[in-house]
Amino acid sequence: MFEILSKEILAQSVTKFVVHAPYVARKHKAGNFVIIRVNDHGERIPLTICDSDAQAGTITVIAQTIGKTTKLLSLQNAGDSLLDVAGPLGNPTPIHNFGTVVCIGGGVGTAEVFPIAAALKSAGNKLITIVGARTKELIILEKELRSISDEFFITTDDGSYGTKGLVTNALGSYLKKNPDVKGIYAIGPIIMMKAVSDFTNPLGISTYVSLNPIMMDGTGMCGACRVSVGGETKFACVDGPEFDGHKVDFEELMTRNRSYMDLEKVSLDRFNEEQVGHSCKGGVREAANA
Amino acid sequence: MPNALKPSERMRIPRQHPIEQDAEARRRNFDEVSFGFDESLVSREMLRCIDCKEPQCVEGCPVGIDIPGFIKLIVEKDYLGAARKIKEKNYLPAITGRVCPQETQCEAVCPIGKKHQPVAIGKLERFVADYERLHNAFNGFAVKDKKKEKVAVVGSGPAGLTCAAELAKLGYNVTIFEALHAAGGVLRYGIPEFRLPKAILDSEIENVKKLGVEIITNFVIGRTATVDELMDEFGFDAVFLGTGAGTPTFLGIPGENLPGVFSASEFLTRVNFMSGYRFPEYDTPVKIGRRVAVIGGGNTAMDAVRTANRLGTEKSYLVYRRGRGEMPAREEEVQHAEQEGIEFHVLTNPVRIIPGNNKWVKGMECVRMELGEPDESGRRRPVVIPGSNFIMDVDTVILAIGQRPNPILQATTPGLDMSKRGTVVVDKNCRTSRESVFAGGDLSRGGATVILAMEDGQRSAAAIHDYLKVGREK
Repeated sequence: MFEILSKEILAQSVTKFVVHAPYVARKHKAGNFVIIRVNDHGERIPLTICDSDAQAGTITVIAQTIGKTTKLLSLQNAGDSLLDVAGPLGNPTPIHNFGTVVCIGGGVGTAEVFPIAAALKSAGNKLITIVGARTKELIILEKELRSISDEFFITTDDGSYGTKGLVTNALGSYLKKNPDVKGIYAIGPIIMMKAVSDFTNPLGISTYVSLNPIMMDGTGMCGACRVSVGGETKFACVDGPEFDGHKVDFEELMTRNRSYMDLEKVSLDRFNEEQVGHSCKGGVREAANA
Repeated sequence: MPNALKPSERMRIPRQHPIEQDAEARRRNFDEVSFGFDESLVSREMLRCIDCKEPQCVEGCPVGIDIPGFIKLIVEKDYLGAARKIKEKNYLPAITGRVCPQETQCEAVCPIGKKHQPVAIGKLERFVADYERLHNAFNGFAVKDKKKEKVAVVGSGPAGLTCAAELAKLGYNVTIFEALHAAGGVLRYGIPEFRLPKAILDSEIENVKKLGVEIITNFVIGRTATVDELMDEFGFDAVFLGTGAGTPTFLGIPGENLPGVFSASEFLTRVNFMSGYRFPEYDTPVKIGRRVAVIGGGNTAMDAVRTANRLGTEKSYLVYRRGRGEMPAREEEVQHAEQEGIEFHVLTNPVRIIPGNNKWVKGMECVRMELGEPDESGRRRPVVIPGSNFIMDVDTVILAIGQRPNPILQATTPGLDMSKRGTVVVDKNCRTSRESVFAGGDLSRGGATVILAMEDGQRSAAAIHDYLKVGREK
């Protein structure tokens, strides 16, 4: 069992947990993820490790509530335990000194960018960070990223914070003035990673993306996470999760990620109904006790 | 007194057949297909053994079980004694009694089989193992000589469990590291409930723990700790690698990454390991269409197609590029599949998987094959019949064309020699190119059987014992 030591709600439907997982903490490097299972009937889901403390034996994970499992996770509190945490999985991000590097985080992908940005900064890079989200409430880790960045930009789709527009707009204006950028890390929704990769491809700037395909074991066993990269089939869990954004077949990834959408909805609806049932029963009991 | 029977009289007793769940009923449920022998079937079958002076069956058994010895104990109605006799060589008899290909091993060399059918050794083994389990009678073995050395066993499949059990019995401190959240390896993620119920697997694993073996789950060797760290930081004196061959291979044909195309590993792991057949009670979804094609002719293919059928398909096809006679699957599994209504399309090979409007699989283009000259495996090579292309109307394709070892160990263990096929190179004592590191099972064989993995586990344990003894005597 892996105890949750603290919980913090970062934004609507985005939750941060610090979890006791000493073996994982001991080996964690930027870019790694864990596979977790909340309970005995649960599914295995991958979560990026955002931070770790080897001394304290803890890791930090940030999850966005999307389906049943992430919703169940969001309802866990400090003192509760996750049944399974396995990792650190995936290859660590290769950290180079590019000179100037741009890190782009979209939505909850910002949580995945943070440890990479920190590592790139430590490696001597001039760090430019762009964080994008649909709206102001969904911007996370602003303070943390701002403090390590040489330049920091925010974009929101609705203009409620930072510059109105997409991360590619901010990237475009930065590159116009600073064409000597040699490396870009983009992590966020597939559509964003695709847009960034399409934008930088003609400019010839190396662009790394971290892929989030459907995953089950996370150890190279099932092939659910297979992605086409440069015409070859790769497993994101053991060959990735980071790949050259200019070579990734994003369309295929989007299609594959929709494979279980209908069943995911069945599962979430059932869970929501159960939750309603639980709170009703709770209400009755409280009323009886009153 | 039954012992008074003459060999000729024994041979006249027909081989007993196990009670099986009716094919029509079982093709839609996950309950075990075979109920095995009951006591009355056992009491007839046991008389068929003529107790040969030089028993071939023991030679035919990869782990060398004293087969006539345990059958004699059955005759004496000492079923627990018989189970203990088996456990001298095999710690997982309830498993091997179910999944071992006895027809090509112990039973293949039984002399009764020359004129009649061989003694049903596997079913007798299963009976006594189940008897012991139902009477909760196994309490480990007394260890006389407790050792100070620690051995790490990587992987909790049949090779790892056997190696761990043997070493624990010799008095070593043994820890099994399992990457997934539950122990059993292929026995849990691969073999379906209807062939090997999880309750039986659980009980066999508990028996290994009763020998003093510790099992740590969620621990991925190569990631959570490397093999070198196990020795240098965690203080293990030797390491056995038994991580199997779980990484699926793909055909490399167009359309293979479409949604609706699964590796058998993914499909079976969802259903078996994650209990996906009980979705949404269990959270892991399994998607199965109306018409499913499973590609391959091995035991994994049979498991996958029979599992798909049980999830309620309209049509379940098995597509294999050679003939029925060339299938590597056990005959019993092939027959069970046929009885359950699986349609076999042999001498057929897919060349392209076709997407529908929603990008989900809509069909599969295949070619017909014929058998040419024998290839290096000795089987006749399948050759494409030109112009024989046709389209199969399927919406799910499951690939069961073989697995290779997981690449993580190779990538994280310097100096560990691997073959071109990705298997770990070992000598006849399961020693790898790294000192104090041993390997066996599918990791070194590249896709074999449970019992051969167990043989390697046994052999490795003996080799590790020898290796550590030398250190002690220095």
